[in-house]
Amino acid sequence: MYLRVLGSVWLTAIAAAQPPAATSAGESLYLSQCSFCHGKDGEGGRGATLARPALRHAPDDAALRLVIRRGIAGTAMPGTSLGEDELEQVSNHVRSLGRRPLPPLPGDPKRGEQIYRTKGGCARCHTISGRGGSFGPDLTEVGAARSAAYLRASVVEPGADVPRGFVQIRAVTKKGDRITGARVNEDTFSVQVRDASGAVHSLWKAELSEMHAELGKSPMPPYRGVFSGSELDDLVAYLAGLRGTL
Amino acid sequence: MKSFFLALMGSFALAQMPYERLLDAAKEPGNWLTYSGNYQAHHYSPLDLINRENAGRLKVQWMYQIRGRQHFETMPLVFDGVMYITDPPSDVTALDVRTGRPLWHYRRTIPQGVPVCCGQVNRGVAALDDQIFVNTIDAHLVALDARTGRVRWDVEVADYKTGYSMTAAPLAIKGKIIVGIAGAEYGVRGFLDAYDAKTGKRAWRFWATPGPGEPGNDSWSGDSWKRGGGTTWVTGSYDPELNLLYWGTGNPAPDYDGTVRLGDNLYSDSVVAVNADTGKLQWHFQFVPHDVNDMDSNQIPVLVDAEWRGKPRKLMLFANRNAFYYVLDRTNGEFLTAKPFARQNWAKGIDPRGRPIPNPATEPNATGALVYPDDDGAANWFSPSYSKRAGLFYVNVREKGGIYFSTKTQYQPGRMYLGASKRDIPTEEPYGALRALNALTGDLAWEFRVKTPPWCGVLATAGDLVFSGTMEGDLFALDAVTGKFLWRIQTGGEIWSNPISYRSEGKQHIAVASGSSLIVFGLD
Ligand code: HEC
Ligand code: HEC
Repeated sequence: MYLRVLGSVWLTAIAAAQPPAATSAGESLYLSQCSFCHGKDGEGGRGATLARPALRHAPDDAALRLVIRRGIAGTAMPGTSLGEDELEQVSNHVRSLGRRPLPPLPGDPKRGEQIYRTKGGCARCHTISGRGGSFGPDLTEVGAARSAAYLRASVVEPGADVPRGFVQIRAVTKKGDRITGARVNEDTFSVQVRDASGAVHSLWKAELSEMHAELGKSPMPPYRGVFSGSELDDLVAYLAGLRGTL
Repeated sequence: MKSFFLALMGSFALAQMPYERLLDAAKEPGNWLTYSGNYQAHHYSPLDLINRENAGRLKVQWMYQIRGRQHFETMPLVFDGVMYITDPPSDVTALDVRTGRPLWHYRRTIPQGVPVCCGQVNRGVAALDDQIFVNTIDAHLVALDARTGRVRWDVEVADYKTGYSMTAAPLAIKGKIIVGIAGAEYGVRGFLDAYDAKTGKRAWRFWATPGPGEPGNDSWSGDSWKRGGGTTWVTGSYDPELNLLYWGTGNPAPDYDGTVRLGDNLYSDSVVAVNADTGKLQWHFQFVPHDVNDMDSNQIPVLVDAEWRGKPRKLMLFANRNAFYYVLDRTNGEFLTAKPFARQNWAKGIDPRGRPIPNPATEPNATGALVYPDDDGAANWFSPSYSKRAGLFYVNVREKGGIYFSTKTQYQPGRMYLGASKRDIPTEEPYGALRALNALTGDLAWEFRVKTPPWCGVLATAGDLVFSGTMEGDLFALDAVTGKFLWRIQTGGEIWSNPISYRSEGKQHIAVASGSSLIVFGLD
């Protein structure tokens, strides 16, 4: 999964042409020892995405330090020779990549939840804590990993910056059936697609007459103009507060 | 039953691999005796029992599962009824080739915290006389008794604590074991070593970055040659007549920051021709002088004798990580031709002497430099294949770019020494392709596209087939002449290895490591 917020950070960085100056010892260690695999902002690449609220191998800070010191046996995650202080600094930096503090927001999250369930019709496509549709991503922890500005943009202009892992497939079978939906998986010979109803279609490429994979295209309807300014504030306050069990 | 017993007995008594057998590998088409199948590194099987007519009926014969979780990159050796594989990090297993049942294991205890850039992997063993040789992740060379797996000798090649490691299969030549080293991401100084096969005593060392007073030392500013990389982590090839070893060398260190190592940085990103008796450099050809994009030339030099513009010539074919396909004269390193086989933007061209014209926009910078191919390269360690029959050179190609931001780096022993952070290109899906190139011109004959940039080698056979695999687990066979798709099977794991072929009990087999399984295919 690639986080779209980081794509925009990159674009902003290009525009501003700012040289990367580390603001802490932890960041400078991170940049020299980790960022090649994990990305400057923890967005992942060869290594796992670290800009997420919960880390699979590091439920707490002690585990995080251990993972960084020892590496993860059986994977490309190497051990390091960092000293205790350095370990502490770099692990603090790693935590800061994925856990955004909840900023004070103008809206009312309670009203936001109402809008999410009613006027927005969001639950048709999204799941929160096990309830809702599966066409779009699960939003249970979205507030911990995404900024308020990102959440606002997601709703108003979904197509602006779609996460890298999300690819829309349009396929036509040789029998003439048309299937459009989100790519669940794909290999050289087959593709699995989830349509808007949530049904998964298994397709052999040899049995298709047409197939288009569209990156950067979102099937989520744009809500520009649908909500009033204060409704949008409420919705964003609700989404930003979604932090799962963290 | 009786004949089976005798066959196995025979294999134990026969665990003998004199140099002459390696030299005449062509006389044993049913075996796979060295990393690349022969000293010329063709990675080609002369067997044709599996061919275009029957490939569609290939079936699994047996599987062997390893315990590790690292990428299973082994290239099996097969001879005298036994298959020798390595499982990560540095273990060796001998398997009964009829049944897939283990005959012995060598298990190595690896110290905590061996620093490696890219996984604790191993790509296979070498055989000579009655011994099996393995390079270990903690940078030792170990000789095992071929009959039992017991250690005969174990020597430290380099100190892993400073960032050295070993992942490649050794190469056995007359009386000597040739080994390469890894660790350029940690600022080690690269070398190529030869060890006496009987005693483990070091016979020679060729330093890949020349020291003071040696030719080429002035291609490094200050003392940057001391931690200049130029590692040798993929098994090379050998021309017994010229008595030259050919070996690719890796990136200069730090990978992405050229300001601390001004100059061409010899012999990084090169192919070197080294005298097999003395370790003396005969010639070198540098593909990428002063590299700042991690363009390791750790690919396999393929040796071919062919007519070049009307004259028979001893050639070397080299599909480089930098996206160019090269033809060189292997007697003297003369550049003959180069042609891109994948998307690239790091060079504006190659001049008539083979030197690239660099594109400064691809140097990592504060705002992100877009580079094709990315640091995993258009090609990498996985083997290409050469079919004389088809006149084609087959290579798996990675079509993927990356964005590189400069970061500060400072050399400290055993720590990453890179000088960049990397980001994937958010708007682009990378892909892969198996490409068949005219061996002498590099012109594209055909390609077979795959979903994800591959990490699997290619095997061409005299049955006019090519075999390869994908990151999603498909092993497939194509018509070697036309590229037409013939057969596939979903193996259920990523394929990070090179398929090989051998004959057992009169039948041809294909073997490949996938996920954590070694899988053997054949016809019923
Ligand atoms: C050579 C590439 C590489 C480098 C360098 C690297 N990592 Fe990793 N890292 C990985 C990979 C690959 C994984 C995923 C392992 C797996 O499959 O579970 C990983 C996993 C992790 C995890 C666990 C993530 C999770 O979801 O639990 C943490 C935390 C981590 N790395 C931190 C670091 C830090 C901090 C550094 C620098 C000191 C670093 N890594 C350097 C490749 C790297
Ligand atoms: C027709 C189905 C559909 C509806 C209705 C829908 N979405 Fe989405 N949504 C998606 C899909 C598909 C994506 C993933 C692609 C993308 O990011 O645009 C997505 C992405 C998102 C994301 C970004 C998640 C991330 O982690 O990047 C947010 C936030 C979001 N939707 C919120 C909402 C809200 C709030 C509503 C209601 C106002 C809503 N969505 C209605 C389908 C839908």
